[in-house]
Amino acid sequence: MQNHQILLLFLPGRTSGSLAGRIMNNWPAISEIVANVQAGKTTATELVKKSLKKITKQSDFNAIISVVKTRALQRATEIDEQVKHGQAIGRLAGVPFVAKDNFLTLGGNTTAASNMLKNFEAPYQATAINRLEAAGAICVAKANLDAWAHGSSTENSDFFVTKNPYDKTRVPGGSSGGSAAAVALGMAPFALGTDTGGSVRLPASFCGVVGLKPTYGLVSRSGVVAMASSVDVIGPLTKTVADAALVLEVMSGKDELDGTTIGRNPEGYSLRGSRFEVRGSRIGVIREYLDVGLDSGVRQVIDGATDKIKVAGAEVSEVSLPSLPLALAVYYVICPAEVSSNLARYDGQRYGHFTNEAKDLEESYELAREQGFGSEAKRRIMIGAHVLSSGYYDAYYKKAQTVRTKIIQEFEQAFSKYDFLIGPTAPTTAFKIGEKTKDPLSMYLSDIMTVAANIAGIPAISIPVGVSGNLPVGLQILAPQKADRQLLEIARAFEATS
Amino acid sequence: MYVPTIGVETHVQLKTKTKLFAAVGNDAREAPPNTLISHICVGLPGALPVLNQAAIELCTKAAIALGTQPQKLSHFERKHYFYPDLPKGYQITQYESPIIAGGHLHIEVGGEKKCIRIERANLEEDAGKNTHPAGADYSLVDLNRAGTPLLEIVSQPDIHSAAEAKAYARELWLIMKYAGVTDGDLYHGHLRFDINISVSQDPDKLGIRSEIKNLNSFRSVEAAVDYEIKRQAELLKKGGRVIQETRGWDEIKQKSLAQRSKEEAQDYRYMPEPDVPPIELDGQYIREIEDSMPQLPQMIRHKLSKIDIQPKVIEDILDRPSIVEPILDVLDKANANDARRAAFWLIHAQPIEPEMAGMIEPEIDSERLILLSKMVDRGELSSSGAKKVFEQLLSSTDKPKVIAARLKLLQVSDERRIERIVAEVIAENPQAVEDVRRDEKAIGFLVGQVMAKSQGQANPGLAQKLIKKLLNL
Repeated sequence: MQNHQILLLFLPGRTSGSLAGRIMNNWPAISEIVANVQAGKTTATELVKKSLKKITKQSDFNAIISVVKTRALQRATEIDEQVKHGQAIGRLAGVPFVAKDNFLTLGGNTTAASNMLKNFEAPYQATAINRLEAAGAICVAKANLDAWAHGSSTENSDFFVTKNPYDKTRVPGGSSGGSAAAVALGMAPFALGTDTGGSVRLPASFCGVVGLKPTYGLVSRSGVVAMASSVDVIGPLTKTVADAALVLEVMSGKDELDGTTIGRNPEGYSLRGSRFEVRGSRIGVIREYLDVGLDSGVRQVIDGATDKIKVAGAEVSEVSLPSLPLALAVYYVICPAEVSSNLARYDGQRYGHFTNEAKDLEESYELAREQGFGSEAKRRIMIGAHVLSSGYYDAYYKKAQTVRTKIIQEFEQAFSKYDFLIGPTAPTTAFKIGEKTKDPLSMYLSDIMTVAANIAGIPAISIPVGVSGNLPVGLQILAPQKADRQLLEIARAFEATS
Repeated sequence: MYVPTIGVETHVQLKTKTKLFAAVGNDAREAPPNTLISHICVGLPGALPVLNQAAIELCTKAAIALGTQPQKLSHFERKHYFYPDLPKGYQITQYESPIIAGGHLHIEVGGEKKCIRIERANLEEDAGKNTHPAGADYSLVDLNRAGTPLLEIVSQPDIHSAAEAKAYARELWLIMKYAGVTDGDLYHGHLRFDINISVSQDPDKLGIRSEIKNLNSFRSVEAAVDYEIKRQAELLKKGGRVIQETRGWDEIKQKSLAQRSKEEAQDYRYMPEPDVPPIELDGQYIREIEDSMPQLPQMIRHKLSKIDIQPKVIEDILDRPSIVEPILDVLDKANANDARRAAFWLIHAQPIEPEMAGMIEPEIDSERLILLSKMVDRGELSSSGAKKVFEQLLSSTDKPKVIAARLKLLQVSDERRIERIVAEVIAENPQAVEDVRRDEKAIGFLVGQVMAKSQGQANPGLAQKLIKKLLNL
């Protein structure tokens, strides 16, 4: 009987079963780590060393572009001194973390995984990093990503491909693939990612970790290499929902360096002391995400998680948002448009890749960009420049904005009847390395279930709820704008039942 | 007969303390290159523009000064092109919904009043500055000016002569300066004028226009328009065709020169600026600014003409904003006579190039001007004496009486003292006395003697009166 169960666990299409026991991340809860530092049971230096050791040991997964060793150890010493002298320490004191390499950080290079910024040393830090540091967290390494965050598999990195922690022949998802893999591999208790069309949630789903995309504007984008400004958000990748909530609490809120930021929920986001009740929560299962192209194994895991939350007392029914299938099309107009604009500054004149081969100014622009950008960045620049050019603007960009408004309205309607919407994070589990690189369109389709949340600016989370064929499956939960706290509460309820 | 039609686009540099989207100093006039910059001005990765609310306040003032209100809702766009002085690869500007969408101003040319309508005004950031050292194979970029707020004010094509164009440029300068929108330092390009000109024989049909860019004085506006009207008319007379193009103005040769034609015009790929939320203004905000508006040129003209200052003098006064306030202040606190005197002193004090106005004039406090004027009223100073006292007033903090005493300009109006001197003068100059008795007009000599004896301090009017009294004339 026991043997039979073990066998079942590894059968392809196996629909339930926890990743616990197989997850390689053995860090305690973040709040526990901080308590241990505070109590002197461990030190920040020990934690940083543990993290750096794990990074070295698992280097064959290519999750990390660079480590920030000197600065990390220096900061760890500072925190240990504070503890020694009985000074108050921050809420994340001594907690190591990995930042996607599109966050500007001091003490090393920030590359965005691009040849353009290969040797770029940032003179200032992202607000998110500053806030985490102020709370005592320590950035130990910079994670791999699709160059400029353009992609869904981390294969578009100009440097190397990150491998899925569960299967080295598969991708970790993207674009925050290095961050998701780093957390799954236990390189740090948490990592930072950016989510423009699903770049936190998709790799979280593929790597079996929690990935949170907060409401647009809740975390400052200052100091993060911009991809598509009107949809870019910053989010944590963690082992548990509670960890994600704590990290969000520290990072979030208005920032005078980002005019699009909004204030945080006065209650905060940390779930300690939360009295949330699943009973009575109205949950809508998005029909459009169950219809097309959904892998049957993924479907079964999602159905299983849905059944369990029902048992826990939630009211669950199917809901239709008919314009959702258009979200991807909208995204691939708006996103390249903003990409083409945001990448205009990389002209080799003040920083970044530059060559002396040019005869004149015009050619120096051409060569810097020809050599500094990879093919996906060029593809998006060209699409973006095209949809913004005069004569095409109305047909593409304007129309996309109109459909965007329609999608926002459909979400508003749905949220008048439901507290949360759920569905799979991705139509499949992690795919093979190289499987989709020849066909950009099929790669773009990986984002089909995640882009809508970005288009609408609403918060969404991916949490691991089971496995299919040995690979993790993520459940996606969406909530109304600014309902990040409620989203985290229901996510924790799902986490508890799965 | 070719009728010219002219529209003017003016870039007005706003006098905010910091740049439009960065908390960095905005006054680049004396700063060494690349010292007023931050990660935002350099366009580093991850740098985000954050709107300076002070610029919105100045735009609101500009709107009110142009007889309209700012738009309740407007937003920014990105205008894309590559150039070394444009660090982000785009300029943040307004395209679809500018902050000002109307307004007007009045000009007067040859005694004729005219209303020039404003089409729109958009808020945008300035670019940096490229310099090309002679003989070098490189250029230098200074980003101090990158991100300086500009209000681009676009007139309707309501202007039909060089004189009108000049009058419009000057009036706009006056209004923006008096409204507190700009420092108006023309020498440093605080206002830059681009002129669109076409000529046509058919008053109902516009000709093909050319644009002359980057003029920064009223004189060059007038000269460039004049030149361009003639150039186009001559071209058409010879059967030629005006091409739509951008031209530059050569100040030395006094000629416009072709720069680039419309065929080479770029596609700027405008896109809504996602990093800066739309500007939303409510009625309350606009009303509060309306209530705090300073006095504008039209109001000042009206007040000064009511105290009988000549129109020509009024314009001279307006050219020097720093003297307007004390004049109006004197008018407020004292009377028309005092204000007229203050205006006379101030306007003759330091003739300054109108385009440099406001740069080096000292603070003038109206209290002392009033004291000085009252001394003239009381006969304690002659009008020429008062002028001399005034000249010292500007460079010292002493009361006028102290200065007058120091300069020995106080007039003696003590009748008994002067009567003694008069008696002496009469006794000492019998021949002159005889002359005066024969012809009263000869009294000047005696008055002069009294003045000399009193070391210039006698009130000459009083001296004359007393001479006549003692001689029983």
